[in-house]
Amino acid sequence: MNMIVCVKQVPDPEAPPASFQVDAASGRMVIAPSVNPVISPFDEQAVEAALRLKDAHGGKITVLSLGKDAVPHVIKKPLAMGADELILLQDDALEGGDSWSTAFALAHAIKKIGQYDLIFCGRQAADWDAGQVGSGIAELLGVPSVTLARKVEVSDGKAVVERVVPDGYEVVEVSLPALITVSNELGEPRYPTLRGIMATKKIEPIVWTAADLGVEASQCGVAGRRTRLLKLFKPVKEGRCQLIQADSPAEAGEKLALKLREAKLL
Amino acid sequence: MSDYKGVLVLAEVAQGKLAPIALELLGAGHGLAQQLGEQCSAALLGNGVTALAQEAIAYGADRVYVVDDPLLQDYQSDLYLAAMDKIITEASPQIVLLGQTSIGRDLAPRLAFRRQTGLSMDCVELSIDPETRLLLQTRPVYGGNARATFVSESRPQMATVRAKAMTPLERDASRQGEVVAVAAGLSPSMIRAKVVHRVKEEVEGIKLEDAQVIVGGGRGVGGPEAFKQLEELARILGGAVGASRPPCDSNWVPASLQIGLTGKVVTPELYIAIGISGASQHMAGCSGARNIVAINKNPEANIFNEASYGVVGDFRQVLPAFIAKVRELVGK
Ligand SMILES: Cc1cc2nc3c(=O)[nH]c(=O)nc-3n(C[C@H](O)[C@H](O)[C@H](O)COP(=O)(O)OP(=O)(O)OC[C@H]3O[C@@H](n4cnc5c(N)ncnc54)[C@H](O)[C@@H]3O)c2cc1C
Ligand SMILES: Nc1ncnc2c1ncn2[C@@H]1O[C@H](COP(=O)(O)O)[C@@H](O)[C@H]1O
Repeated sequence: MNMIVCVKQVPDPEAPPASFQVDAASGRMVIAPSVNPVISPFDEQAVEAALRLKDAHGGKITVLSLGKDAVPHVIKKPLAMGADELILLQDDALEGGDSWSTAFALAHAIKKIGQYDLIFCGRQAADWDAGQVGSGIAELLGVPSVTLARKVEVSDGKAVVERVVPDGYEVVEVSLPALITVSNELGEPRYPTLRGIMATKKIEPIVWTAADLGVEASQCGVAGRRTRLLKLFKPVKEGRCQLIQADSPAEAGEKLALKLREAKLL
Repeated sequence: MSDYKGVLVLAEVAQGKLAPIALELLGAGHGLAQQLGEQCSAALLGNGVTALAQEAIAYGADRVYVVDDPLLQDYQSDLYLAAMDKIITEASPQIVLLGQTSIGRDLAPRLAFRRQTGLSMDCVELSIDPETRLLLQTRPVYGGNARATFVSESRPQMATVRAKAMTPLERDASRQGEVVAVAAGLSPSMIRAKVVHRVKEEVEGIKLEDAQVIVGGGRGVGGPEAFKQLEELARILGGAVGASRPPCDSNWVPASLQIGLTGKVVTPELYIAIGISGASQHMAGCSGARNIVAINKNPEANIFNEASYGVVGDFRQVLPAFIAKVRELVGK
């Protein structure tokens, strides 16, 4: 089985809220230097979904990532977890895009890879939380998609996917090739093994530019965008918390109840 | 782009009625259409749903495009996609709105890419720029740490809208509108991803989305046992239990209890957060609560920047006394 996983490098989304600021003058995000780059968490789970299928059926996993700023030891993590190959799309012409132009470039890279049974994406990238590149790639390639997977199995030439819905899950059967977006309900991604980490040292990423993809400049990066960012701002918070003071935790609990009663919340 | 006119909203149906999100979108769509001096239409998809068209009109639609087909009994991506695509071709709207629901999350991006147009997911604010007359699409980014306003450079301008971010109109049964049956040419052979089975993991009691009081537990409560205490408190207050992501991921509670960016959006009068740090992705689902109360042992926890009342302390010592006093006060 041939599988492709799209992963994006993002600033650690679990960093404290204060590390994410907006510069009012330029209207850009300013991320504190202490925030480490990581693979977007749902994308690590997408890698995990592919690895579980590889464990069960064998096959090859190609990891695909678009972005010039990829840090080698970060972007190689899926290889250390057990993926086989890494393709980086790196070109100024591909930068500054929106979901449309990103999906466009990724779809063309996937066409160039050629052979695939399953494509995996995360449900959303943990920087802009756009939540559409996966479905976009599927549409551009003309393959079916199943979103928000918590379990993926393959048999008889089709994938059987458990899709998370608000009050449970659905079982979806989809013909191959197909694209699947993965949600956190899939479970923890595995840790890279020491052997895995050593092995990745020898794997050189394949780097493709816009020209390698054979895409027109007008469809890529900034030029290919269908949406434009007008304004970026921090939501205003009132932030006036009344802390209950007491001599013991139990007394604090009682006082809290009284306070809520006084405020007519009980 | 002048061929594109009016606003089209997807009116989702749930349990034989227009879903709450449908009414919210109709309210929003009606307002936007008025500002543009254009019409608001609804797309109504399902099996035996034609009767609901009048209901959509009563809530603000000037016109309702209906695809009534047994194949649309339940949501199937490929069929809903084909039907919506057909309606857009027929209606040629300049704005298309869907809910940020299970259906909208799946359908909207595929539909946008099929129409080769831009999309903003999970908008919390929509308005018309008085000068450019473009739809201003505001949504949280960076896990809720910032907000961004986008405009589309293609048509239709598409957005999904977060639950409870928009206000429905008063129902007005005297409102007039037109009902248009659309032949979408659906056939079973279009289904490539087929839902073969649905499994409900329902939690007893009040639904989170409807609860006026929610008791939320986080990683800090340490395990499934503590949730029994939280349930007791919720019961006394006539509310529901929710959770941050870690208790769901660790199977202390069902995944359907997750509140946040990728979980449920709740807007209770009172949200009591216990052992929850207040990560932006969690707050994205509960910052619409009228009052937040936090019990957390770390005075630096971000939840105290969001709460109106708080206790710094170990919940194991604070909670029993709190519950006892609450029981005494509400007399249960
Ligand atoms: C893209 C993305 C989407 C996400 N979506 C969601 C989402 O929808 N919902 C969600 O909740 N999270 C979501 N997360 C995860 C989120 O970033 C946080 O990791 C998560 O909310 C933390 O949960 P928590 O507050 O329970 O745990 P922690 O952050 O570990 O906090 C536990 C808290 O408990 C306190 N504590 C510990 N022991 C005690 C005690 N004995 N008494 C009192 N207090 C105690 C600690 O001081 C601490 O503040 C998402 C993350 C990403 C990257
Ligand atoms: N620059 C990128 N490189 C590789 N994959 C990406 C990139 N951007 C988005 N994706 C994939 O698409 C998913 C959804 O992203 P988004 O629509 O941006 O939220 C991510 O979880 C990734 O799997």
